[in-house]
Amino acid sequence: MADRVRGALRWETALVVLLIAVGLVGQVSTSGEFLSGDNLFYLGLDIGEIALIALPLTLVIVAGEIDLSVASVLGLSSALIGWLWNAGWSLEVILPFVIAVGAVCGAVNGLLVTRLGLPSLAVTIGSLALYRGLALVVLGDTAVADFPDSYTEFGTTPVAGTWLPYPILLFAVLAVLFAVALHASSFGRSVFAIGANEQGARFAGIRVKRIKLILFVLSGAVSAVAGIVYTFRFSSARADNGLGLELAVVAAVLLGGVSIFGGRGTLGGVVAGVLLLGGLRNLLILRDVPTEILTVVTGLLLLLSVLTPALVRAVAGRLTPRTHTEGPQP
Amino acid sequence: MTSRRMGLFALVLTGALALSACGGTTKENTDQSSSAAAPGAATGAANPNAPLKQGLKITFLPKQVNNPYFTVAQKGAEQAGTSFGAQVKATGPSDASASSQVTYINTAAQQHQDALVLSANDANAVAPALKSARKQGLKVVTFDSDAATDARDIFVNQASTQDIGAGQVKLIADALGGKGGEIAILSATPNATNQNAWIAVMKQELAKPEYANLKLVETAYGNDDDQTSFQKTQGLLQAHPNLKGIISPTTVGVAAAARYLDSSSYKGKVALTGLGTPNQMRKFVQDGTVKSFALWDPSKLGYLATYAAAALSSGQITGAQGEKFKAGDLGEYTVGANGELVLGPPTVFTKDNIGQFNF
Repeated sequence: MADRVRGALRWETALVVLLIAVGLVGQVSTSGEFLSGDNLFYLGLDIGEIALIALPLTLVIVAGEIDLSVASVLGLSSALIGWLWNAGWSLEVILPFVIAVGAVCGAVNGLLVTRLGLPSLAVTIGSLALYRGLALVVLGDTAVADFPDSYTEFGTTPVAGTWLPYPILLFAVLAVLFAVALHASSFGRSVFAIGANEQGARFAGIRVKRIKLILFVLSGAVSAVAGIVYTFRFSSARADNGLGLELAVVAAVLLGGVSIFGGRGTLGGVVAGVLLLGGLRNLLILRDVPTEILTVVTGLLLLLSVLTPALVRAVAGRLTPRTHTEGPQP
Repeated sequence: MTSRRMGLFALVLTGALALSACGGTTKENTDQSSSAAAPGAATGAANPNAPLKQGLKITFLPKQVNNPYFTVAQKGAEQAGTSFGAQVKATGPSDASASSQVTYINTAAQQHQDALVLSANDANAVAPALKSARKQGLKVVTFDSDAATDARDIFVNQASTQDIGAGQVKLIADALGGKGGEIAILSATPNATNQNAWIAVMKQELAKPEYANLKLVETAYGNDDDQTSFQKTQGLLQAHPNLKGIISPTTVGVAAAARYLDSSSYKGKVALTGLGTPNQMRKFVQDGTVKSFALWDPSKLGYLATYAAAALSSGQITGAQGEKFKAGDLGEYTVGANGELVLGPPTVFTKDNIGQFNF
């Protein structure tokens, strides 16, 4: 336990150092533009959806599972908003409704994984296609864009008097809730236990299936919320919204130091990972680095994030030999 | 305990739903006037005699980078920039999804560029970002694909419907060398907006006395699918033994039709024209299957859009109808209704000039 915390802390420290480095280099090389309120606002908007979805996905991955259908749930939620809005529903009904639909999408994933014992990788690759397909059935290739300004403003203007985008405010609140759930509750301890050793957790009396189901439901519901944010940010409801976003989210979570095998990771690390990926991308674009290089840098950073903790552990393991239980391989 | 908690949650949710169901923000009670707002919302008066400013910073934002069509447009934009001493910077996303341009629009605003020249991936998704960029003083010119009218200053349209439709009929008449005969149209899908508008103009043209010897016998639809267009061409030729010419006003259709003619006994006997890209059509123009075809020249499109951006930034125009400005080598242009500029008649590609184009 203490070892785990120490290992995670070390990686987080590295992330924070990297973040500060990116901030300093950015600030100097753009003569103060990078950390200006305006740019932080745009940066916040750009990472909003990724940051939101990363929260529940962190818990899912810590529990040794994966959910690749998140971006498709985002798309389905966006398509539903457009379709129901056209059908004359009021937004006050539409929004809770699509969150509920997102929760149901998550529950379907969760039930297939827990009740039928299917691997979540296979299940959510399937539902990735299924939910995106449903989104296309609902809205086709059309776009709905006539949402009232009073709603789209949440996605295009900062909180009055600050540079803070509303989606980031929402993210901050949810991040605190998820951090408490993961790191300061019996629920969170169960999630870690399941990820580290599922069978052991079951023998210890933890309701593994139930907890996993809750995690998938959370993942679906928050993805639907991200769909709402996305729709209003671009004031455009489309079935292909957020296409491919799941990879960016998984990338951010892994960069945040969460082990893909489960059982290890902190929410603070993930927040730092999200900020680092988003900040680096923003800075490179601001410095007119071509898109191709941008993709290469993101890819390298990801490989590094998977490699470095493994190397650190290997080295640390050789220096202080101790028995180590890896989580179950998916 | 837990089931009771869940029940309570369901109750609260249902209550919230029921409560919000009465009244609320719906499509009906929301004012829709904002979407029909005037373009440009031009501020201040235009001074047609203002000189073009030196050292303007212009961002060129295509639908996606590494797309040959936009690479050519970018060359035109850079050429225009060089001619009036502006710094044109090309940037953009690697995918053409609806929202991928927004980051780049925000960045242009952040970099305090003077103007933004873009082809919008999605008219609405880019609108909020464009509006906030314009609030910060950027002039916004769209080309090729427009954004929402109230989110940009000027849209540079590639060609007018009239010019395209009339041009196509003239090309087929020329190809048939005054002898005339039966012709057919191979279009995209039956409900393709652009194609249907062009076909309507073609029909008006064909009704004119000078085209009395041309007889339109069928309009076929290849659905902008290569294989379908190929088979429809075959079908047209079998159904109408006296067919002398085909017009295909879609890049997919004209290339498929050319490929069919090239491999069939009709090669050289049936004329073909349409809207195509030089790279797709090069082989068929060089081997004589196709005498000529048309399309706008993307480099001129980029050139004009960049000049329009400079004219806006220099105060020569504000985007209001009737304003005039000079666009370098292309001559004088007048802003039309809804802040639109039309590049002009499409460029005609033949054996003689196709070597100069690469897109």
